[in-house]
Amino acid sequence: MPSEQVEIIRIRDVDFSYNGSLILEDVDLNIQSGDFVSIVGPNGGGKTTLLKIILGLLKPTRGTVELFGSNPSRSKKRVGYMPQHAKFDFHFPVSVMDVVLMGRLAQSRGIGPYSRLDKQVCLEKLELVKLRNEARSSFSSLSGGQRQRVLIARALACEPALLLLDEPTSNLDMGIENEIYELLRQLNKSITIVMVSHDLGYVSRYVQRVVCVKKRVVTHPTSEINGEIINAIYGTPMKMVRHDQCDSGRAGSCINF
Amino acid sequence: MHQFLTDLRSYEFLQNALLASILVSSASGVIGPFVVVRRISYLAGSISHTVLGGIGAVIFFNTLYPQNRIDPLWGAAFTALLSALIIGLVSLHAKQREDTVIGAMWAIGMALGIVFIAKTPGYTSDLMGYLFGNILMVTEQDLYLLVILDILILGAVMLFYNQFLAVCFDEEFASLRGLNIDIYYLSLLAMTALTVVGLVTVVGIVMCIALLTLPAAIASLFSNSLWKIMLMSTLLSVLFTSSGLIMSYLPDIPPGATTILLAGGTYLLALVFKKVSSHGSILRRH
Repeated sequence: MPSEQVEIIRIRDVDFSYNGSLILEDVDLNIQSGDFVSIVGPNGGGKTTLLKIILGLLKPTRGTVELFGSNPSRSKKRVGYMPQHAKFDFHFPVSVMDVVLMGRLAQSRGIGPYSRLDKQVCLEKLELVKLRNEARSSFSSLSGGQRQRVLIARALACEPALLLLDEPTSNLDMGIENEIYELLRQLNKSITIVMVSHDLGYVSRYVQRVVCVKKRVVTHPTSEINGEIINAIYGTPMKMVRHDQCDSGRAGSCINF
Repeated sequence: MHQFLTDLRSYEFLQNALLASILVSSASGVIGPFVVVRRISYLAGSISHTVLGGIGAVIFFNTLYPQNRIDPLWGAAFTALLSALIIGLVSLHAKQREDTVIGAMWAIGMALGIVFIAKTPGYTSDLMGYLFGNILMVTEQDLYLLVILDILILGAVMLFYNQFLAVCFDEEFASLRGLNIDIYYLSLLAMTALTVVGLVTVVGIVMCIALLTLPAAIASLFSNSLWKIMLMSTLLSVLFTSSGLIMSYLPDIPPGATTILLAGGTYLLALVFKKVSSHGSILRRH
């Protein structure tokens, strides 16, 4: 590890259960500044739950979570979060600019309208995701891919040190998916990025490490990803995979897969 | 129309009625769009019906202690705020039983009101006025109350528009930006409660949700910006309530019901218009 890297996310011994069933078990995870990490795993495996625990939106049943060295509730404003786009009410009357401006809530004066600076920052972020011309369009009139990019722009408008993205490329065709990953790679030069992704094969061309979530959490450097590991995450029995290269701080055992 | 305008100059009760319509429209035009986009009209319906409990209690105690009478609207405002608080806390913390609790509050509030009014000695036709509206009975004191209501609601929404918009659109994101979403949600319900009290004076408990939501629903067919929808639904509200008053005057039909029929009819027409015009544009494209 280069010495200038700082620990941004530190999760120790975390369990999370909901209505009596264990969703996450014995999770340890470290994310350093500058990382570009993808969280992968099957549906219902706990990916989004892990993201929400990092953000402090969910409290772990056991264990500790540190974000920027303190409690997530105190440091959450330094995170730019992009939720899954499918959760929105598409009849909600907002323009693209209205949505991106929500990213400025913590920076703005608090009461009254947004400042000129806020608007300028938001236009720059829209420029970055190539949607500046759509600023006045209705959010509901956009395509799925455009909405994803608006939500990325909103997360960037927070001027975050860490970007957390929940399935930024779900339901997109290959071309747009590529474009979004390429944009994220550019952004990664200055921002740490953690994203949830359902497809492992494709994303591993871009990220440095892959965090596998299926109740337990295991971390692999991208170079290790092979067919065996993919099988293990999404289907066949776990004993096929050997995790001997994982160092203790970054990975757990995989017995429960 | 001509008769109405002549009488408007000479009768104070008509002036009060028109003024009340305008004052209530400003509050409901601003709050209605929130209720529509946040999809809480069922909660607003429950709040409005519990109001009868408060009104009934005040009428009952006013007859028992005639030396210190208070305006029944104070009772309405108190119960509306109380039930908004209870309903808000239930919907924030007990998601599974939310609709049951809200439905129960709805009926319990009404039941309380009916019991109080039944036990009030003497003349009790006021009940019908509160259920179906009696805008021609608006007093000067009511008008002062409505002014306070407008100042509170317009002030709060103007200062915290961005926050309310963000909380309604994406609660989770708003909370990550450091907003206390429980406080904003409860304030929104409290403002809805106060607006409902104003609306009760114009169209009554049973019909007030229609006047709260229909103008906003019409406006949202034609705009994708919340503040424009607020402006439009305020204007529509003024239009519906004042023309309801005017049109009902000569034939002597209830103004509240006339107002609701106007609003409902316009909503249906707007839906048809929207459907036809979007269908037309599809045809042109092909």
